[in-house]
Amino acid sequence: MGSPVKEMLYESGGFFKKQHRIVLRNAGKIDPNRIQDYIAMGGYTALVKCLSSMTPPGIITEILSSGLRGRGGAGFPTGQKWRLVAQANNSPKYIVANLDEGDPGVYANRSIAEADPHAIIEGMLIAAYATGAEKGYIYIRKEYPLAIQTLQKAIDQAKAMSLLGDNILETPLKFDLTLRFGAGAFVAGEETAILASVEGRRAMPRPRPPYPANSGLWQKPTLIQNIETLTNIPLIIQNSAAWFSKTGTPKCTGTKCFSLTGKVKNPGLIEVPMGITLREVVFDIGGGIPDGKKFKAALIGGPSGGCLPEHLLEVPIDYDSLTKVGAIMGSGGIVVLDQDSCMVDTARYFTEFCVDESCGRCTPCRAGLPRMLEIFQKITHGQGEFSDLAVLEKSCHFIREASLCGLGQTAPNPVLTTLRYFKSEYLHHIENKECEAGVCFKTRDEDEPK
Amino acid sequence: MNQHTMKLKIDGIEVECVEGSTILTAAKAIGINIPTLCYLDGLTPYGGCRLCLVEVSGTSKLFPACATPVASGMEVTTQSPKLYEYRKMVLQTLLAERTHICAVCIANDHCELQAIANQHGVDHVFYERNWSSNKIDSTHNFLVIDPNRCILCTRCVRVCDELEGVHTLDLKFRGKNTDVIMDQDEPWVKACSCTSCRKCAKVCPVGAIYIEGENIEYTKDPDVAAFIVERRKRLK
Ligand SMILES: Cc1cc2nc3c(=O)[nH]c(=O)nc-3n(C[C@H](O)[C@H](O)[C@H](O)COP(=O)(O)O)c2cc1C
Ligand code: SF4
Ligand code: SF4
Ligand code: SF4
Ligand code: FES
Repeated sequence: MGSPVKEMLYESGGFFKKQHRIVLRNAGKIDPNRIQDYIAMGGYTALVKCLSSMTPPGIITEILSSGLRGRGGAGFPTGQKWRLVAQANNSPKYIVANLDEGDPGVYANRSIAEADPHAIIEGMLIAAYATGAEKGYIYIRKEYPLAIQTLQKAIDQAKAMSLLGDNILETPLKFDLTLRFGAGAFVAGEETAILASVEGRRAMPRPRPPYPANSGLWQKPTLIQNIETLTNIPLIIQNSAAWFSKTGTPKCTGTKCFSLTGKVKNPGLIEVPMGITLREVVFDIGGGIPDGKKFKAALIGGPSGGCLPEHLLEVPIDYDSLTKVGAIMGSGGIVVLDQDSCMVDTARYFTEFCVDESCGRCTPCRAGLPRMLEIFQKITHGQGEFSDLAVLEKSCHFIREASLCGLGQTAPNPVLTTLRYFKSEYLHHIENKECEAGVCFKTRDEDEPK
Repeated sequence: MNQHTMKLKIDGIEVECVEGSTILTAAKAIGINIPTLCYLDGLTPYGGCRLCLVEVSGTSKLFPACATPVASGMEVTTQSPKLYEYRKMVLQTLLAERTHICAVCIANDHCELQAIANQHGVDHVFYERNWSSNKIDSTHNFLVIDPNRCILCTRCVRVCDELEGVHTLDLKFRGKNTDVIMDQDEPWVKACSCTSCRKCAKVCPVGAIYIEGENIEYTKDPDVAAFIVERRKRLK
């Protein structure tokens, strides 16, 4: 056995010092297979508090004043969504917990499900009581076998303790919870696609309005919520909205989990207060770039996020600041790139991902993105022309504005941000037919796997 | 059922319509024409082709007129330089996506894509064109599908499901590889749910589904969907 890595030691090391673990409060501390462990850590007391001393409108007000915003990417105020579903004049109502997590290299939601499944169930129960929903689904990708197993066990245990089903804790509350499995398409995480998939149809987004809060599963009011959002709920109820909003920034309260990957010394799942700077994440928590290499860019927000250069390292990580610089929060991926990465190739790579993941419904995304990829193939194989950049840029704006769902609307982000912050690399590829990072212009043989 | 009416403005003209109507039908009622491709009166709106995008005041987002319900006080713009540009780009990306060579297409002169492209002054395609060469299925007695001309509007899928009621047609794969299939992706002749009703050929806006040996002018009848829906109402 070796000696422990100093940076990774709890409390003393840099990896944990700047983190603020509330969503991951129980991760690694309890046995996820034992409901007793969760209860011993204060689990299900928030539900008891709701049922015994709070009204549904009171709970919604509390969530509203906590300032909690959806962690699935769009950052919509959670309390507002609950209010819309609660006020919708139709029944039955449904809740769908979104555990599709299709972004490559992102695993925060999976980790929560594997480490603390009852926190998700408790969050859903509180949402059910507040909105009047009677039936819930956890939509989880089939590629997460351990999370599926853990969640199923947790559901069974909760049922046995009268925490699910009819007359929950001897109150009139009733809530049924079932797992639904995804077949591994990124687009299935989009909120209207997830509805189609839960109903057993092809996971294709549809135009909104109508919004799911009014017309979701089987045209009934449906609350769709990210796993991390739900995990925050019991804490807000237990500790008050005021306690929750002390963390983070005034417009972006609480914490956010990130899967920190790429060229950092300490990659891993982290939870940081909103508003922390990118520099703190990459250098203080991530420990900086290994092998004495130089930081080049950080891609925030998954395959349709933005590539931020060094001069934007002081950007605070919150929904609005990220949008301003062309990135998005997404579902919480940060990929750090060093001097060995080519930004043109990075943009090409993520465009290719979106081409593969497009559902095929709307013209701009289905037929437009592949045209952009073709232009990238030209540029990275020495056939680029200066006029290609104008076509790329024009296509980006078209696809962003004219696409039907969030996939197409955000797919051009990596291209737009690299064109904005790393234009010289594009020009160098076109003019000198050379890739300074040594990534592009490979001959055919090198392209093929050995 | 008592239906609420609501007022909105389209291109500055006030229009009153019943709750639940779409921007497209409201515009039509006052003689404003918005170009469409995937939309077909009588079928559930799809919102896929994005040709009918319009601007709505108060938001920078664009909305498909065919699938967006009206709201009280809404102010809609159907013509602007940006919308015109994006419509042209929709047409150009569709023309670049697969193999559209009008001269050898059975639907030449009777093609909705061709007609709308002409109306919008699309005289060239600024992307490299992507000459697909997917397999044509002509196994059926008289129906033929050439996926290389398909624009994936799903009119055929919807008419087969919603009006003929058999759901022979559906989509397989995703993104650029999406294709129309019969039953469990079988040759058409083996798709036993198909009633050979020809509705798919009647509503296809391009030359992708056609009837062998029949004049396309005679085959095409996109109004059939609305006609059937109207007639069925009388039955009730
Ligand atoms: C292409 C695409 C993929 C998405 N994938 C996910 C996902 O994997 N998990 C998730 O929670 N939200 C995902 N979303 C966001 C959801 O549409 C939705 O906004 C979210 O689940 C709402 O929950 P929240 O308000 O708690 O964030 C995705 C959106 C898009 C456009
Ligand atoms: S933007 Fe892409 S993923 Fe979304 S509906 Fe259109 S084709 Fe499908
Ligand atoms: S002929 Fe009729 S039943 Fe057969 S695929 Fe076409 S629409 Fe469907
Ligand atoms: S075959 Fe015709 S009707 Fe069917 S999706 Fe293709 S273009 Fe549309
Ligand atoms: S006609 Fe409205 S999106 Fe196709």
